[in-house]
Amino acid sequence: MKLHLKIWRQKGPKETGAFKDYTVDNASEHMSFLEMLDFLNTSLVQKGEEAVQFDHDCREGICGSCSLMINGNPHGPETGTATCQLHMRKFNDGDTIVIEPFRAKAFPILRDLCVDRTAFDRIMAAGGFCSINTGNAPEANSILIGKETAEKAMDSAACIGCGACVAACKNASAMLFVSAKVSQMALLPQGDPERGKRVRGMVAQMDQEMFGSCSNTGACEAACPKEIKLENIARLNREMLRATFVE
Amino acid sequence: MLDSKIPSGPIEQKWNNRKFEGKLVNPANRRKHTVIVVGTGLAGASAAATLGEQGYRVKVFTFHESPRRAHSIAAQGGINAAKNYQNDGDSVYRLFYDTIKGGDFRAREANVYRLAEVSVNIIDQCVAQGVPFAREYGGTLTNRSFGGTQVSRTFYAKGQTGQQLLLGAYSSLMRQAGQKAIEIFPRQEMVDVIVVDGKARGIIARNLVTGELTAHTADAVILATGGYGNVFFLSTNAKQSNASACWRAYKRGAYFANPCFTQIHPTCVPVSGDYQSKLTLMSESLRNDGRVWVPLKAGEKRGPNEIPESERDYFLERMYPAFGNLVPRDIASRAAKRMCDENRGVGPTGLSVYMDFRDAIQRLGSATIAEKYGNLFAMYEKITDENPYQVPMRIFPAVHYTMGGLWVDYNLMSSIPGLFVAGEANFSDHGANRLGASALMQGLADGYFVIPYSIANYIGGTSLAPVKNNHEAALGSLAESKARIDALMKAKGGQSVDQLHRKLGKVMWEFCGMARNEAGLKGAISSIQKLKDEFANDVRIPGDEHLNSELEKANRVSDFLELGELMCLDALERKESCGGHFREEMQTPEGEALRDDKNFSHVAAWEFTGKTPKLHKEPLTFENVHLAQRSYK
Ligand SMILES: Cc1cc2nc3c(=O)[nH]c(=O)nc-3n(C[C@H](O)[C@H](O)[C@H](O)COP(=O)(O)OP(=O)(O)OC[C@H]3O[C@@H](n4cnc5c(N)ncnc54)[C@H](O)[C@@H]3O)c2cc1C
Ligand code: SF4
Ligand code: FES
Repeated sequence: MKLHLKIWRQKGPKETGAFKDYTVDNASEHMSFLEMLDFLNTSLVQKGEEAVQFDHDCREGICGSCSLMINGNPHGPETGTATCQLHMRKFNDGDTIVIEPFRAKAFPILRDLCVDRTAFDRIMAAGGFCSINTGNAPEANSILIGKETAEKAMDSAACIGCGACVAACKNASAMLFVSAKVSQMALLPQGDPERGKRVRGMVAQMDQEMFGSCSNTGACEAACPKEIKLENIARLNREMLRATFVE
Repeated sequence: MLDSKIPSGPIEQKWNNRKFEGKLVNPANRRKHTVIVVGTGLAGASAAATLGEQGYRVKVFTFHESPRRAHSIAAQGGINAAKNYQNDGDSVYRLFYDTIKGGDFRAREANVYRLAEVSVNIIDQCVAQGVPFAREYGGTLTNRSFGGTQVSRTFYAKGQTGQQLLLGAYSSLMRQAGQKAIEIFPRQEMVDVIVVDGKARGIIARNLVTGELTAHTADAVILATGGYGNVFFLSTNAKQSNASACWRAYKRGAYFANPCFTQIHPTCVPVSGDYQSKLTLMSESLRNDGRVWVPLKAGEKRGPNEIPESERDYFLERMYPAFGNLVPRDIASRAAKRMCDENRGVGPTGLSVYMDFRDAIQRLGSATIAEKYGNLFAMYEKITDENPYQVPMRIFPAVHYTMGGLWVDYNLMSSIPGLFVAGEANFSDHGANRLGASALMQGLADGYFVIPYSIANYIGGTSLAPVKNNHEAALGSLAESKARIDALMKAKGGQSVDQLHRKLGKVMWEFCGMARNEAGLKGAISSIQKLKDEFANDVRIPGDEHLNSELEKANRVSDFLELGELMCLDALERKESCGGHFREEMQTPEGEALRDDKNFSHVAAWEFTGKTPKLHKEPLTFENVHLAQRSYK
């Protein structure tokens, strides 16, 4: 297939960027989206032009490295799919595809399509854990957790920290990401002793990192490659209330 | 000489003895010592978090944007532990025995026993961190079976076990980072080890964003940098997984052990075209319910659902009735290759076999199958556009894991004092073949439970004069690293790094893959030598030194070329078949691997000399498990 690409090129965080046009001839519909970009890059390099920089690693939809706004959608048009798992068969011969980085104040652009999402790590450091030193743990089966609760916690824990929810949100809010971790821990007995401290710490750090506030439009849920549900945000809000009034 | 430093006493007592004999560092003194950890996969994150909790000053490096993105995140199927929750005959001894046998008797008994022993603590630790393992209705933990065993000892979190275990370790790591006990350096790649007076005293790191090279000194360095499967270009490893940290350490004096021991995993999505950038694993857990078959007739043209039962060959069940579809990986992979060699392979290229869930769906219903494997089925469908609930999956073996790695003693210390190696990066526990769900176990065993004792023992028992960043050894390493990058940037050829890497991969897969022979390996070595020249003269890296993926790849592929050659040399030298290393000259009449215990019951540890590497042999003795020809029939 033949594709027309409009790709955001930007040399560094402080430089101004712009779209540049490329044409890819002979892409295969069985290629993944990132393989199509590899294919483009090989041809650029052979001509001595700089390769387009994009983040990726596992290419299996689990590491959360890949990003990209594809025609205005974080991770492209297919629901529940990270960019690395998107295949060219979802596009048509002759299509024009606009490719941009995830845009948010808290995610500065490093180069081209690569952004810095370490703000998420700092939010995690502010409470996304159970305080348990190695060697301190009780026998695993002494903590009983119902199958359904464990599965619910697993659904929240499936977040890959990609930041698509932030990119999708007009306020660049990180609520879906934060709520997924808060929910996982709030559902499990292991998370109980620190639940108030955790939610307060993570939310305060989120605000400090310049993420916007949540206005419940649900764009995040629609963009999330792991289909993390809005009910996590509702749970976070309850946890916040509980932390304010109960603790 | 190679001293494995195995503690005295009966095997059940060795680890206890070591813990008791080992030196300690008093809590108040720990913060005076800096430890560098390279890598934040299961092994690195767990080691760093634990050392941080204990009070050491820890610096953590990863080339990833965030510690949570390490390759461990992609592990699917599960983690083993000898809990015997299923009451089906498991024990520490059985896990030890299965691992030694599964590794085809090429691992150290003492290390493996310790691994089995601490496996039970790992599960406790992970549960306490909030890892949402799968559970029974009554609230207890549940298990599944993996290959090479007859008990059910694998713990899992859907098909995302690696993700959940890594996020657990990562959360502990971030807790320490929040308390300023650990400093994290993301997007920084280690490019050299600083060696002072024969001891590892730091690293040179390259900031991938700015291109800057910096020396960081420390009292000990831990490499937890993962495996080197990407030598083959196509593998199930994450795209950026590489061997550079270990290779640079090798060039500074750390021995490389059993480099030719690579694992080819039987159940991966087959190659579909020459643009392919990586291969995707379909977890071994699928073999609990999926039946592997090919058509009886060579050159069969009908689709799978049109082939009646009587014309199907469930070859694993036929050849290995005792273990059936759950034979170890090396055996399943070779059997699949044999079917394709007999022209009974399926799919457009003839290079795949079926893994069929029809019977399991009939027995358990699609809802149950979806609950167990839903995300794997969805992943398969995204890649192939075929629905595995209706048509059998097509699978083929692919490079997956490297059992070889830097040589370490019982304390996980390499042949450079002060340089420790944990996780897939070391060679220690899996012999010539790793059993499924044992890599996660080993990574966490090393990081949570072994490394902390080893570091205390080393720091407590060694006099370490302070070393500054501007020490001449640091400046020397810095200058060499800079010269290397400059040389790469200067080349103005016509090929991209990927193009050259693919060529290396083809040679390795063809001649150092599932089957190896003398002529092939010799030819491969000379092809690789030519490729090295081609790389030096014809690679092209446009752009500058800041955030440049082409430069990152070139830096890594130049090491893969050298390592690939060593792998072939090691494979040539080991004139026996064992586990994943199959020398065609050495097989039983039934085509199984034929070991030569008289001549090859040793670890092959290679020393860098600048010319032909020097081979050191660490003899392996089996005092607890009886050496026998492996049988899964
Ligand atoms: C698809 C897949 C599925 C798997 N499933 C299972 C399973 O179900 N069960 C099981 O037991 N095993 C499984 N494995 C194997 C297992 O995942 C790995 O062996 C294990 O996770 C390796 O962990 P590690 O900590 O040693 O290294 P990794 O997780 O590979 O981490 C390496 C780290 O080192 C860093 N690094 C490397 N080089 C440098 C450098 N030069 N400078 C700075 N940082 C560096 C990286 O950034 C990364 O943080 C699977 C493997 C694959 C590929
Ligand atoms: S909630 Fe979804 S979109 Fe947001 S970081 Fe997690 S996986 Fe990505
Ligand atoms: S590359 Fe890992 S999630 Fe896309």
